[in-house]
Amino acid sequence: MLILTCPHCGVTAEETELALGGEAHLKRYGPGDSDEQFEAYMFARKNPKGVHFERWRHAYGCGKWFIAARCTVTLEVFGTYPAQTARPPADLLAAIRAKRPSADLSDWDAATPEDAQ
Amino acid sequence: MSARLSRGGRLIDRTKPLSFRFDGRTMTGFAGDTLAASLLANDQMLVGRSFKYHRPRGIVASGPEEPNALVGLGEGARFEPNQRATTTETFDGLTAISQNRWPTLDLDVGAVNDALARFLPAGFYYKMFIHPRPFWKHVYEPFIRQSAGLGRVPQGGDADRYEQAYAFCDLLVAGGGIAGLTAALAGARAGQRVILLEQAAHWGGRAPVDGAAIDGQPAADWVAGTVAALAAMPNVTMRLRTQVTGLYDHGYALAGERIADHTPGDGRPRQRLWRIRAGMTVVAAGAIERPLSFAGNDLPGVMLAGAVRDFVVNWAISPGDRTVIVTNNDDAYRTALALLDAGLVVPAVIDARASVTGALPQAVRARGVRVLEGRAVAKVKGGKRVAGVAICAQAGQGAVLEEIGCDAVAMSGGWSPAVHLWSHCGGKLVWDETRSMFRPDPARPPTGDAGQPIAVTAGAASGALTAADVLADAHAAAGGQGPAPSAAADDEAPMEPVWIMPQGAGPALKAKMWLDYQNDVKVSDVQLAAREGYESVEHTKRYTTLGMATDQGKLSNINGLAVLSDALHQPIPATGTTTFRPPYTPLTLGAIGGEARGEIFQPLRRTPIHDWHQAHGVEWEPVGLWRRPFCYRRPGESSHEAVNREVRNTRERLGLLDASTLGKLVVKGPDAGRFLDMLYTNLMSTLPVGKCRYGLMCSDNGFLIDDGVVARLTEDTWLCHTTTGGADRIHAHMEDWLQCEWWDWKVHVANLTEQFAQVAVVGPEARRLLEKLGGMDVSKAALPFMTWAEGRLAGIPARVFRISFSGELSYEVAIPASRGAEFWEACVAAGAEFGLMPYGTECLHVLRAEKGFIMIGDETDGTVIPQDLGLGWAISKKKADYLGKRAQERSHMADPARWRLVGLETLDGSVLPEGAYAVAEGTNANGQRLTQGRVTSTYFSPTLGRGIAMGLVRHGPDRMGEVLDFPTVGGKVVQARIVDQVFYDREGAKQDV
Repeated sequence: MLILTCPHCGVTAEETELALGGEAHLKRYGPGDSDEQFEAYMFARKNPKGVHFERWRHAYGCGKWFIAARCTVTLEVFGTYPAQTARPPADLLAAIRAKRPSADLSDWDAATPEDAQ
Repeated sequence: MSARLSRGGRLIDRTKPLSFRFDGRTMTGFAGDTLAASLLANDQMLVGRSFKYHRPRGIVASGPEEPNALVGLGEGARFEPNQRATTTETFDGLTAISQNRWPTLDLDVGAVNDALARFLPAGFYYKMFIHPRPFWKHVYEPFIRQSAGLGRVPQGGDADRYEQAYAFCDLLVAGGGIAGLTAALAGARAGQRVILLEQAAHWGGRAPVDGAAIDGQPAADWVAGTVAALAAMPNVTMRLRTQVTGLYDHGYALAGERIADHTPGDGRPRQRLWRIRAGMTVVAAGAIERPLSFAGNDLPGVMLAGAVRDFVVNWAISPGDRTVIVTNNDDAYRTALALLDAGLVVPAVIDARASVTGALPQAVRARGVRVLEGRAVAKVKGGKRVAGVAICAQAGQGAVLEEIGCDAVAMSGGWSPAVHLWSHCGGKLVWDETRSMFRPDPARPPTGDAGQPIAVTAGAASGALTAADVLADAHAAAGGQGPAPSAAADDEAPMEPVWIMPQGAGPALKAKMWLDYQNDVKVSDVQLAAREGYESVEHTKRYTTLGMATDQGKLSNINGLAVLSDALHQPIPATGTTTFRPPYTPLTLGAIGGEARGEIFQPLRRTPIHDWHQAHGVEWEPVGLWRRPFCYRRPGESSHEAVNREVRNTRERLGLLDASTLGKLVVKGPDAGRFLDMLYTNLMSTLPVGKCRYGLMCSDNGFLIDDGVVARLTEDTWLCHTTTGGADRIHAHMEDWLQCEWWDWKVHVANLTEQFAQVAVVGPEARRLLEKLGGMDVSKAALPFMTWAEGRLAGIPARVFRISFSGELSYEVAIPASRGAEFWEACVAAGAEFGLMPYGTECLHVLRAEKGFIMIGDETDGTVIPQDLGLGWAISKKKADYLGKRAQERSHMADPARWRLVGLETLDGSVLPEGAYAVAEGTNANGQRLTQGRVTSTYFSPTLGRGIAMGLVRHGPDRMGEVLDFPTVGGKVVQARIVDQVFYDREGAKQDV
């Protein structure tokens, strides 16, 4: 049973207090987008053996959604951060790259203005 | 024969004799006995029958690893099957029965399977019962069900109570032997919060039996002193009879405490489930001795050498006058010495090793015992108990050199660390060639949330085999400061791995060499699996059922995979182990359930009007955690009659419904309108203040997930009604999209479901009732259909919605929850002159079905889109986007052949069965009839005096008037005509008055 720290209220909570919401950082596709784009958004989910970004809700606590970066093999939690972001914090990405040089973080390779902030 | 010795027994109290019953026979024991010790004291060597072949079986081990001695314990409401006699404490009045035998343990009819064993090898059932296909259902399955299952299922409720507790610590020590005690003391002295748990009823593990001296004292004295020291420390919690059964993610552990198993009915909970979060877990679970694989190694009287020693030293049990010892290591010689010390005879020690010169064997030789080097057991002689052993050369094929008469055999194939807890959460193992064991690899521990190790092993669980090594390892495991407790270094010669005995044994011998006693898996079965291509140890396990019994292969796993490795001509580490899964020993369902049973199994949600319903003939219906009135029965009335009366009265006069369970979500903020336009399929931002609008909500995958009436309260506030079951789910759905997708939109959502009671006043007389209550203008002009107004009714603050789920003139009145009951009773009192009757959910369903209104969960099942239900009118064509819009544009969603909603009228007026399917011509690839529709709602309509139904039918709305066939269970076919789903007041005249 995992323990995760909610970045909103600071409580370190057991899994029974939390609700899993699946893969994080999905980009929503809607009207005007192609069948392929919509299919990928709606159905194609990553299932990595290793570093994974997951949505969690502090369901029996503050009720807020956050994202946890964790290793699906060793259960190491690299960090949690509020869901109100389009990409993981730069310092967290750097920490994961340092710990897991072979992890596939290619989604986040391109630097954006958010990284600089 | 086995018997009680006249002196000795460190754990028994001879001043406290006990009486108990086994298979109806009265026997005696002493306080401190396990049931296994008590049975052996009464010469009850035969304790059960094996699962598949019904072989006679006796006690093999002395602890939780026991595979054979499973009994049904207790009687009536306290009966429990499959209890291990070796971990069950004997108490006065205990009753136990043997299992898997009929009619009696001695005369078992099922033993015919043993005679047929040659024809029942591994995989027999898989191969045998495939053809012919129809035989499976009618012949094979009933036959197998008859003979399957171990033990008897308890009947009726459980008389005992169980509880659960949470605990947190820095250091959890699993096992209270000398390793666990050393680790606990080291941790406690360093200031850590320590929890020390031991599965047995006493501390110290094997060391006092093995006779080690620690820090210059006898082990038992050192244990007593250490236990006293730990008990005096405020940061240490110690519990006996508590088995750590599993180690899980991030240092979470489960432990089962047997509080009152040995004192039933004394008022305490029987068992307690501990849920522990530990910073670090010290696995001090010891080691498990391995049996040796020789022919007849399962006869009652063949026991593990360590167990024999335990029984002699702890409980003063003689396993027999003459005990032959079979071994491949020095440790078993301790058993010879214990037997000799007790005055018993050891005719010989049969040692597979060619040369035996260690200190322990020499000590045994010095007592005049023959030590036969390079020898093996060719066969154990005897029927239901050991009569003797035939001896051969280990290097040979089993030619008998001599026979020795004996009544017990003590075997030792070496020790395997109990690595289960270490492995549960990802700790890795390494094959230790010199000690022939899989032991934990300290470099690859299970890890926690920060990647840190969450477990360490101590003592024998690490692979340490001597007291000196055990103490040093345990002290270091807990980070002990200063010197570790010391023990004299034992001079033990290395063991020699022996996987079958003798090494060249032929098929006849191998077919009598048991690996897994409980599931009757033999060396020949594993070799057969290898021959048939089951090269993975996981596949072999499942094919042969090796290690799949209730003991989970504690004795058999290593021997089994060694035999498999040999058959595959590969080294043991290449074969590897099967996966160790929790629990280490079984937890009872009672402990897992804990206090959550009966009334407190789950919370019960009551509306503010609950007590009134209860007092007025209610028949409850569970709706989620709520209880809602299904109907209100009058004396002499059936449920069906009550529902019909409620429907007629509501249509003709006045009905009252407790609608408090409806979800009420307030959505507020500058972006609330924009947000609701995304959530609902229709436009909510354009709804004028004071008006109501029916709305549909879809998932982004296009499927309908909820519906309800939305009211605009103010310029920036909307009140969204959801279904009863949808309140929490839709609230979470809104929060999800707000927090994770549109987090920059300024919207708040609050769930006010329980803040308001809601009462539906329904029927032609509804307006007159509200006028009589007084306080608001509820006329058609002031409060037209699909509007709402605020005011006071009967002096109570009220928000009145002119909405209708029945087709009648209807007001839904929301009042503060605290005044809900008062308002309800005011309505009941004032409504008497208008013929008011309360109505329940079934009446609500009939009313809505007569009007063709859909119900989420009936007309929808997660595969239905609004367009299927003829609700296209509620889907905005103007909006660029809403959740589900893109999904609904997919070709399959736009397919005209989708099943769509229609009404169904049976030709004979009967009520269609729920969920019935309309069949079409032809069959599918499985030979099943094709279908073209199904019933989603079906009721008897008292208004129309006939059965009515709604259903989803292919091309449904285009096929009005067609007749469909609905076969029912039993073969009868009911015919129904496709009609419009609005059966009553198609123009909607009655609700808009």
